[in-house]
Parts: sequence; structure tokens; C-alpha cells
Amino acid sequence: MEKTLEKILKEHEEKEGNLISILQGIQDTYGYIPHEAVHWFSKRLNIPASRFFGVITFYSQFHLNPRGKNIISVCCGTACHVKGGSKIVERLQRDLNLNSAGETTKDGEITLEVVRCVGACSIAPVVIVNNRVHPDMTAEDTSKLIKKFKKEKSYAGR
Amino acid sequence: MQADNSNRKITVRVCIGTGGLAAGGKEVIQAFKKKISDMCIDVDVDFTCHYQKVGCRGFCARDVLVDVVDGGKSVTYQCIKPEMAERIVAEHLIKGNPITEWLIDDTYYAFHEKQKKILLADCGTIDPEDIQAYINVGGYSGIRKILSKMSPDDVISEIKTSGLRGRGGAGFPTGLKWETCRRTQGDIKYIICNADEGDPGAFMDRSIIEGNPHSVIEGMMIAGYAVGSNHGYIYIRAEYPFAVERLRLAIQQAHEQGYLGKNIAGNNFDFDIKIKLGAGAFVCGEETALIASIEGQRGMPRAKPPFPVHKGLWGKPTVINNVETLSNIPYIIRNGAQWYASIGTEKSKGTKVFALTGKVKNTGLIEVPMGMRLGEIIYDIGGGIIGDKKFKAVQTGGPSGGCIPAELLDTAVDFESFAKVGSIIGSGGMVVLDETDCMVNITKFFLEFTQAESCGKCVPCRIGTKRLLEILERITKGMGREGDIELLEKLGRDVRMTSLCGLGQTAPNPILSTIKYFRDEYEAHLKGKCPAAVCKELLTYSILEEFCKGCGACLRACPAGAITGEKKKLHKIDPAVCIKCGACFDVCKFKAVKKE
Repeated sequence: MEKTLEKILKEHEEKEGNLISILQGIQDTYGYIPHEAVHWFSKRLNIPASRFFGVITFYSQFHLNPRGKNIISVCCGTACHVKGGSKIVERLQRDLNLNSAGETTKDGEITLEVVRCVGACSIAPVVIVNNRVHPDMTAEDTSKLIKKFKKEKSYAGR
Repeated sequence: MQADNSNRKITVRVCIGTGGLAAGGKEVIQAFKKKISDMCIDVDVDFTCHYQKVGCRGFCARDVLVDVVDGGKSVTYQCIKPEMAERIVAEHLIKGNPITEWLIDDTYYAFHEKQKKILLADCGTIDPEDIQAYINVGGYSGIRKILSKMSPDDVISEIKTSGLRGRGGAGFPTGLKWETCRRTQGDIKYIICNADEGDPGAFMDRSIIEGNPHSVIEGMMIAGYAVGSNHGYIYIRAEYPFAVERLRLAIQQAHEQGYLGKNIAGNNFDFDIKIKLGAGAFVCGEETALIASIEGQRGMPRAKPPFPVHKGLWGKPTVINNVETLSNIPYIIRNGAQWYASIGTEKSKGTKVFALTGKVKNTGLIEVPMGMRLGEIIYDIGGGIIGDKKFKAVQTGGPSGGCIPAELLDTAVDFESFAKVGSIIGSGGMVVLDETDCMVNITKFFLEFTQAESCGKCVPCRIGTKRLLEILERITKGMGREGDIELLEKLGRDVRMTSLCGLGQTAPNPILSTIKYFRDEYEAHLKGKCPAAVCKELLTYSILEEFCKGCGACLRACPAGAITGEKKKLHKIDPAVCIKCGACFDVCKFKAVKKE
């Protein structure tokens, strides 16, 4: 781990106000922000760990716990909301056996997330599976997509 | 008949904006490439064909849009899928006969007829990954012009004369902001481009960056020259990875061509741009919060004054302009302030880009002159309401804006007129709502958003939005109390008056505007009815005997097992088991499920 963190530090060191960029680097590498990484940076940069945690918990992009191998994000921006985005979330919660968005399935395969507008409002409602945007979705479409996805254990288009 | 293929030059332009990519734009390009290389082995073709990736062209409802430019003639195909490439190559590219039934129709022309495209004119026709494409349409001539013959004061006076006002929400005169920053003493000054497009329902900044990134860069350079700054930052949402990639490439190309860096275009002016990624906080669209975020802190706003033009990033004088504002600058410098000021109304000059979405037929990105009537946008450009349902309201300005009802469709689209009816233009989101949308539910949606995004620094916003949301929640659950509407109004006004930053000051707008125009819907909820049949707790589902065919579709769709019935006989819903998810309503082909 130390080697990886050293590499992240090297990429960001020279700049003032690099804290958020460092955290983004950690998250890109690990998928979340491990506590050990925070403490390591805190020592190296002589910045209190509380400042790191303050920033981490302020921004919705940062996660302190590991997430699933696959991320399914349902957009619930205004346009997606009026076109049925919340119905998709409800359906996926049932299908994946989750109590609320933000949770990960027991096998660690899928994390369900709700996002606030990804700027694809003209093709609403959209569901994003591992960075691929699916336009004009319904609860039924999404359910089928996930079934297919689970069966194949790998994700390939709609 | 085979077309005369000698010396034919064909360009295939494929939209890979947000909508185009989602509809399969990349696959369409690949299909074209493959089909052409496959088929040209068999037929004797002698034409050169090149592909162009272009940004958003607005009409996302008909994606993937593909232009075929053959000689001087250009035709546009709509709703193209990869498997359709073969026929287009065989009949159009090789034989020269366009496939008429796949071409765009009257709707496409109607969508564009009333628009006036300045910013979006090059978005969708030039390759955003090629700086030369931007230069070929006049790009970077603005910066060359000012460096060779205009003083910084000339530039500021030009922008002031143009009447340009900030497109990020507040509508502050851009020239005045620049002038104030120029007059402020400081060894270092900063130009920040605010690309933290957080309003749900708005995506024009993303589309401009993805479709024409160099126009934003040139705008920043001109701003830098005018105020005396050599350092630019672009603060952009991490949720827009594709736009970030485009910007990085554009900045790199601008460096290679000598438009960024030292002694730009051989003149004594240096300018450089750095990209900073946001980390998912809506409040960072507020300028002082944005500055805190660039400095690596929690993105919390601070009291103003001092304004950023006096004390901004790292305590230095800073101009913060939004993407659309900056993108206007090169066009104003190129064509002159008088030209720009001739477009629009007396106090709102130029054009505005809107994201037209929701229940309207032609969803997409549009650009219209300020002062156009709202009704023209929704009916002439937008083509009216999907399924010919009744129009109810248009929500503008996102969580800071309000709802404008049908009787005010004559309202002109400009800063003053919108303020008069209790809404704002904001960043330019327009979400059209029809009779099946519940205004109380929509309002609750916005309060959920602002409450979650409130940074917590000031009490009125932190606690006020929470209480407002709680009241709305109980109203939509049928547990509203007498006096709740008045309480919402009073508390809303208090939060508006006393919050620290724009987020809290505008958070009550959706409530106040919907109570003003749709008070009857609030009152109906207090009586236990949701007129639009949206609020779950106030609904009951039942099956209508005269329409039910006993097909069993609803029974299979019901996740709760609340529906019983034998095949070809009337089905029934047990209200005690029903979880009101609406799956039966959506699946029934005979309209036999009643929701009330």
C-alpha cells in the first residue's frame, strides 16, 4: 500500500490545496478511501486527519467503505424524476434485495446508487451501469437489464 | 445507377454528445467505418470519406443524428442505429441516393426554425477534438484581435456595451464584474470558469464544453487579458468525465498551437489554465464555496462582501464566470458589441441556451433570443406535450427557481419578466410538467434536494429547509394539518430573507411559487386527495370490472402478491397487501387498473 500512496503523493505534491485531488487519487485507486490511507497522508503532509475526514464527509463523491464491483446509478434529477426515476429505484431495491439506495448486495457484486442529474435530461430517465448511460429506461427495462447482467456476470450493453 | 464517384468528398458526421453517445453514437461510427471498408472492396468507388465526431446538436430526442455531406450538399438522418449503416453506405454513399424515409422530417425543421444559434452554431458541426476545426470557423481570432489592437479597457467597454449578463443564475453584468476586478489592486489575479453545473435539469454547460471546448478557453483568455490575469482555473463536476477529457485535450492542443502559455500568438501576454474536479457538492456552484473547494477545503460559502472580485481565490482578486457566459465572449469580440446588443430585449441581451426536458415532445438543447414567449418555446420548438396531455406548468431555474403555470405562457423569456412571475431563468433548465404531475410532489422533490445539499453552515438554511421538507412530507402523506400552507409561506419567506448564500435564499422559491399558482392542489392534499394521482399514500388501486380481460399481466407484475384472479376472469387487488408501486397500472394494456 505504501508504494501506491507514495505514487499518488508524487502526482499531487507540488500544488497548494491539493487535498481534494489526493483524495480523488486514492479513491480512483482503491474504489473507496481506506482509513489507513488517510492516516498515512496525514502524517506525511502534517495535516490533521480530521481535516481529511471533514472534506471526505462533506463531498458525496467520497466513500469510506468499499463498494460493489459494479455500480448501478439511477438518475433522479428533475427530468428523470418526472419521468419515473423513483419507480426504477424502488424496483431495483426489490430486485437486488436492498433496503435503500447506497447499499451493496451481499455478494459484493452490485452497489445501487441514486445520483442527482448527470446532464442527460433530454433522454430521461437514465440508468448508468458502470459508466454506460442507458436512455429512456422503465422499471421493467432496468429489471431485465439487471437480470441479464447477473446471468452473464459481466456487463455488455443493452 | 452508380453515381459519378470521381473526386467525391464525403463527410459523415456523427453526434457523440451526451444523447448521441447513450443512443449508440460510437457504435454507429464504427459500423460506418467497417461497412465502408468492407463494401469498397467489391465496388469500384473512388471517393474519400472522413468521419467527424461532433458534439450535441440539440435534438437529442432523435439521436443518433448523422449528417452525410456530399460535395456541398448535406442531408441529415435521424434515429440511426449501427445496423442501418450498411444500407446508407450502399445506397447513399456509393450510389448517391439518400434514403428518404430515414431522413429528418418536418419536426426537425420546426424544432430549429425559431431558434437563433450563436453558441450552439459550431457545437454539432465542428470536431471538438480538433483545434483546427475551431480555428477554421473563426476561432481564436477574438484573442488575436484584442492582443493586436485593443487595450484591456477597450475590451471591458466592448463587453459592457454588449449588455452581456452572467448566465449562471444571478444575471450580473459581466463587463461590470471585469471592470471591478481590473480596478482592484493585486499582484496576481485569477479567472475561474464555473463548470460545476449542479442544477438538476440543466446540461448546457456540459454540451458546450463537449461540443466546443475552445470557445470557453478563448473566453477565459480574453477575460484574463481584460482584468490583468495570467491564471485560469476551470472547476468542473467529476460527474462529467467526458467533458473533462475534452477539456484536457483542448488545453493541450491550445498549448501546442501557442494559444496558451507564454507570449501568446507572439504577444506579450501569458495565460495558463488548470482543471480542478469537483467532488459532488451542489453548493460549490456558489462562488465563495467554489473557491473554498479549489483551495482543498469543505465547500462552504462565506459572507459577502468581500466579493471575490476583491478577495477571491487565495485571497486574490478573482473573476468567476460560468461556461455559457465565457463562451459568448469570443463571438462578441469577433462580431462586435453592437451586433450582440441588437439581439434580445432592452435589459436582457443576446441569446440563452435552455435544456428543454420533461413531458415535451421534442426534448433537447435549444438556443433562443432573449424575449421569446414561453409558449413559443414549449409549443413551436418543443412540439407540445407528449401524448397530447394537458400542459400544467414549466419549472425553470432548477431548485432555486419556480413553476410558471399555463395562464402565464405569454411571459417573455428574460431576466426581468421571469422575476416578475416569481421564477428565475437560472442556469436554463426548463422541465415541462403535464396534468399527471403533482405540484406538491415536485416541490417536495426540490426541497429534498436543497435540504440534502445544504452545507449546514447557517441556521436558517440548515434547519429551515429541514422543517420545510418535513411539512411537505406530511402533506404528501395525507397527514397535513390546517395552517400548514400558511406555515410554509411564512417559514419560506424567513429562510429566503435570512440565509447566508444563494442556496438557502432561493430554496423556498419552488414552495412559494407553487403555493401562489397551485394553492388548490395543496388544499386538496390536506383533504386527503392528490388530484394528479401521484402521492402514494393518498392513492388506492382497484381493477375496473368492465375493462379487465383476466389476462393475468398485473398478477404476474405484482411484486407483493396483492392481486388474485383466475385466467380470463376478473382480477382483484387486496388493498391490505398492496404496496402501491403502480406495476399493475403500468403493465395493463386495457386500462383496467384504476388509480385515484
